[in-house]
Amino acid sequence: MQLIECPNCGKREEIEFHYGGQAHIAYPEDPAATTDHEWSDYLFFRDNPKGPFAERWYHGGGCRRWFNAVRDTTSYRFLAVYQPGERMPALPGTRVTR
Amino acid sequence: MTARRLPTGGSIDRGAPLAFRWAGTDLTGYQGDTLASALLGAGIDTIGSSVRLGRPRGITSAGTEESTALVQIEKPFPEPMLPATTVELAEGLAARGITGQGRLADRDDPARYDARHAHADLLVVGAGPAGLTAALAAARTGERVILADDDIRVGGSLLDYGETVEGVPGEQWAAGVLAELASLPNVRVLVRTTVFGIYDDGFVLAVEHRSDHLGAAARPGRSRERIWRIRTTTTVIATGGYERPIAFANNDLPGVMLASAAHTYLHRYAVLAGESVVLFTTNSTAYGAARALVAAGARLTIVDTRPEIPAGLDSGCRNLGIEVVTGHHVVTALGTDRVHGVTIAPRRAGGPHVAGASATIDCDLLLVSGGWNPVLHLFSQARGTLAFDERLQAFVAASEVRGFELAGLAAAESAGYDPADPFAFALHPVEGVWSIPLPADGDAGGSDTRFVDVQRDVTVSEILRATGAGLRSMEHVKRYTTLGTALDQGKTSGLLGSGVVAQELGISVAELGTTTFRPPFSPVGFAALAGADRGELYDPIRVTAIHPWHLAHGAEFENVGQWKRPWYYPLPGESLDEAVLRESIAARTMVACMDGSTLGKIDVRGADAAAFLDLLYTNLMSSLKVGSIRYGVMCGPDGMVKDDGTVIRLAEERFLVTTTTGNAAAILDWMEEWLQTEWPDLRVFAASVTEQWVTIPVVGPLSRAVVQQLAPGVDASAAAFPFMATRDAVIAGVDGRIDRISFSGELAFELNVPAWYGQAVWEAVIAAGEQHGITPYGTETMHVLRAEKGYPIIGQDTDGTLSPHDLGLGWAVSKKKPDFIGKRSFARAENTRPDRRHFVGLLPVDPEESIPEGAQIIASREVTIPMPMLGHVTSGYRSAALGSHFALALISAGRDRMGERLFAWSEGRVIAVTVTDSVLLDKEGTRRDG
Ligand SMILES: [Zn+2]
Repeated sequence: MQLIECPNCGKREEIEFHYGGQAHIAYPEDPAATTDHEWSDYLFFRDNPKGPFAERWYHGGGCRRWFNAVRDTTSYRFLAVYQPGERMPALPGTRVTR
Repeated sequence: MTARRLPTGGSIDRGAPLAFRWAGTDLTGYQGDTLASALLGAGIDTIGSSVRLGRPRGITSAGTEESTALVQIEKPFPEPMLPATTVELAEGLAARGITGQGRLADRDDPARYDARHAHADLLVVGAGPAGLTAALAAARTGERVILADDDIRVGGSLLDYGETVEGVPGEQWAAGVLAELASLPNVRVLVRTTVFGIYDDGFVLAVEHRSDHLGAAARPGRSRERIWRIRTTTTVIATGGYERPIAFANNDLPGVMLASAAHTYLHRYAVLAGESVVLFTTNSTAYGAARALVAAGARLTIVDTRPEIPAGLDSGCRNLGIEVVTGHHVVTALGTDRVHGVTIAPRRAGGPHVAGASATIDCDLLLVSGGWNPVLHLFSQARGTLAFDERLQAFVAASEVRGFELAGLAAAESAGYDPADPFAFALHPVEGVWSIPLPADGDAGGSDTRFVDVQRDVTVSEILRATGAGLRSMEHVKRYTTLGTALDQGKTSGLLGSGVVAQELGISVAELGTTTFRPPFSPVGFAALAGADRGELYDPIRVTAIHPWHLAHGAEFENVGQWKRPWYYPLPGESLDEAVLRESIAARTMVACMDGSTLGKIDVRGADAAAFLDLLYTNLMSSLKVGSIRYGVMCGPDGMVKDDGTVIRLAEERFLVTTTTGNAAAILDWMEEWLQTEWPDLRVFAASVTEQWVTIPVVGPLSRAVVQQLAPGVDASAAAFPFMATRDAVIAGVDGRIDRISFSGELAFELNVPAWYGQAVWEAVIAAGEQHGITPYGTETMHVLRAEKGYPIIGQDTDGTLSPHDLGLGWAVSKKKPDFIGKRSFARAENTRPDRRHFVGLLPVDPEESIPEGAQIIASREVTIPMPMLGHVTSGYRSAALGSHFALALISAGRDRMGERLFAWSEGRVIAVTVTDSVLLDKEGTRRDG
C-alpha cells in the first residue's frame, strides 16, 4: 500500500485518500457564456498522459483537506504535492496542459 | 516401510513425545517435529493421491516448497490442503492425506485472528546465517529491526545440515545471535511467521502462526494467527534457495525426494528416509547429503550427469565407499506404489539423449538434485527483474530495487566465503538438466509420467503439447497447462518448466524467461486476512438513540447503509403487508410517528452561507426567511440530480441542511470539495450534526393535538405555525426544535431534540399520543406514504441520469439565479430531448395486481423480444389510501402519456397499467395543513 504525502499531515496510507481527477480545471467564470462544446469539454474531457500528471487528491481519512499533486502515471510516484490555488511546480519533463 | 527414526541425534525433544492421529491411527512424534518428519519417523512415506490422475504421492521436501505431501487437518480445526512439511506437530493433532482436494470446515471457526502494525528501519526475511548476520549488524547500530522466519526457531539451513559458522556448530552460533538480538529493545524476532507479500513503499504483510503448536496450553483468547502489517525502510531478503527436481519417468513416486530434504530429515529430525539410496544429481551440492546418509548407515549410489566430478568429491566418495556413476542419468523410477529401483543410462556427450543400454539399481529411496533456485519470490513481487545465471542454471536478481537488499550466495562470495570442505554446500557449475527422454522399453507404461508440476499432474508431454500449439511464452504455457498454479505456486516446478520449454524450442532459458511471482508467497487463510473484521465487527453498525425501544417493541429492521432502521413493527402474527397497511392507515387517519434520526444533517454557517447554498442548490436559498424551511434539489455540474432535502434557516448566517440517509457523508464531502477547491474565498463552515440530533416525525390528522400537548409553549395552530416553518421549542421538557415538514403529505411535525434525550422524548410522544391511537411506523410505511405523494427517493427512483425536470421538480429550479451547479447543463441538447424519461405514476388496471420494482415498461401486451423498452418501475407498493396497488416509474416522455395504457413486464408476467401523475394522493396539498 502506497504512502501519499498530505501537505498538511505528512505521509499517510493511500486508503485515507480519494482521487479527485485532473487538477487545474477551473469552473468556468460564466458558464452561461460557454458554448456547448466548451461546456462539455469542462464536464467530460480530461487529459490522460503517460508520465507526470497534475491531480487533485482529498485526504478524507485525515485532515479532510483537498490538495494538488503531480504523480507519475507510469510509476505511481508522487513527484510533488501543493495546495489548491497554487501553481503546479516546475518539474523536469512535465507540462501544464491547461 | 523404509524410513525410520534413529535412536539418537536430531534437534527434536525426545523428552516431549506428542500423540497424534494419522488417518485413524494413533502415532507418536516429538516436540520439534513437523507432521512430515513424524510420519517418516513412523515409517509412513505415502501421503495421499494426486488430483487429476489419482497417483500415489509421498513427501518430497522438508519445507514450504512441498508439492506432494498435502494433508487435511481434522483437529484442532478442519483445514484443507496444508503441506505436511509445514505443519508443526502438536499434541492431539489429527490429519490424513488428501486424495486430490481438501475439505473446508463445516462449522464456524471459533479461533481468534488479529492483526498488528509494526514499523522498522530494517526488515530481514529469513533467519538463516545470512539473515541473522544482517539483523545483528543493523541491531547493533540501534536501528529498529524486525527479523521474520517461517520456521519454529531461527537458524535456517544451519538447523538442516549441521554446518559450522565461525568455528562453532551452526545451531549453537544461531542461538548465540538470537540471545543478543533478544537482549536489544530495538529488535523484534518473529518465528513461525511467513512474509507473504511485498507492496509499495516498504509495506510488507506477514502471517504469524501463534497458537496451534501450543495445543491445549495456549492461553485462552490468544489469537491463532496474526497478520503483521509492517512498514519498513529497507528489506533484506535472505530466503535461501529451493532445490529443484528433474523430470524423469515416475519421478512422482513415493520414495522420490529432494536430496536436501533427506539431509534435513536426518540431521534435524533423526529420521533416515531410506536404507538403500540412489542419489541422482547434476551438481556437487547433494554430496553433503550423501555423506551424511552413509554415515548414518545407508548404502548409497550416486548417479551424476556430469562426465566427471571435482577431484575432492571423487576421492572423498571412494573413501566412504560410495559408488559414483558419472555421465549417467536416471531414466525411470521403478515401482507402482513406491520406488524400489531405478534404471539408468549413459548420457550422450553434450546432450540429454540416452545412448546405449540401461542398467538397473535397486533402492528404497531416490534422491534428486537438479540444482538450486534462489528464492526470489519477494524480490520479484517488489518488481525486481531476474536474469538467468548460466553457472548456477537458475534465475538470479538482475536489478536493484529501492529499499531491497539480497543476501545469498553472491553476498557470501563477495564476503570471501570459500568452503574448504568439498562436501560443504559448494556450487560448482551446475549442469542444466531438465527432462530425461522417455525410456525406449516402455517402462513408463505408455503414458508420460515425467512430472514437471507434480501437484497439477502436468507432464513434459503436456508442456510439449503447449509448445506444439505455438505457445512461446512461459506465461502462456502456464495458463495453457496450469503449470505452477497449484498450492505451491511452482516453487520447485516453475524453472523446471522453463527448462523443458527452452530445451524443446531450442533456445536458452535466459532467452525464454520465467513467470512472474505474485503475492501471496504461500497460502494464507481468509480467516487470518479477515482478522477480527468478521461477524458483527465486519462493518460498523449504526443505531439511533431510540434503538433500544425499537428492539423492545418487536421492530423488524432494515439495513440502510450501516444504519439499522425500523422497517415495520409487526403485531403478533402480522405479516409485513398487514403491518404496513395498519401503520399507513394510522398515519392517514389518526396519528403515527417514526424514528427519522438517520436523516443526514449538516450545519452550514458563515457570512457567505446563503450565497454558498445558492450555488449548491437549484433553488434560491438566500431569500429564505429566518424560521422558514425550503425543499431543495442539488445537482452535479452535469445537471443530474445528486440529492434532495430541506434547508432550514436557523439564523441569518446559519442553516441546517438535511440530506437523504445514505448521502449524508457524501454531501458533506461535496460541500467541502467546492468550498476548498473552487470557492475558497467564501466564508462558510460545514459540519455534520447527524448523530447529534434525534428526529421524530409526528404524522397524521391528530398530530397537532399530540404535539401541542408535548410542547405547550408553542402555538401549533395552522395560523401560528404554518407548513415549512421551524420553531424552537421545549418538547417534553427538553430544549429542541419543531419543523413543519411533511414527507408523507399529512399534517406533520418533526420533533428534533439532542440525541441524549432521544429515547425519553420518543417515549413521551408515545405516551401523549396513546389516547389518539398513536402508531409507530417503519421505513416501509414511510416509503408507501411518500410514494402516494410522488416524492422520489434519490438513489431508488433516480440513477444519476435524471435532471430535476425529468423528475417533475422543475418548480424547484430557480430562474432568477445567474448560476448554480448544474444550471448550464440544463441547456445541453441531450437534456432537452422530448423523449427523456419522466417520473410518473402507474395504476394497475386490476387494483389487486402488484407492479414489481424493476418491471420493464412496454407498449403492447404481446411480448416480442427484443422490443422497445419505454422505461422501468422504480417503486411499487400497495396503498390503503388508494385502495389499489400503484407504482412510480421512469418512462420515456411519460408526462405526455397521461391516461395512456401501457404494460409492465416482470419475470414473464404482463401487467396492464395506466399512466398517471406521480402525485396520486391529495395533489392540492390540503391534508398537510390539517
Ligand atoms: Zn491530511
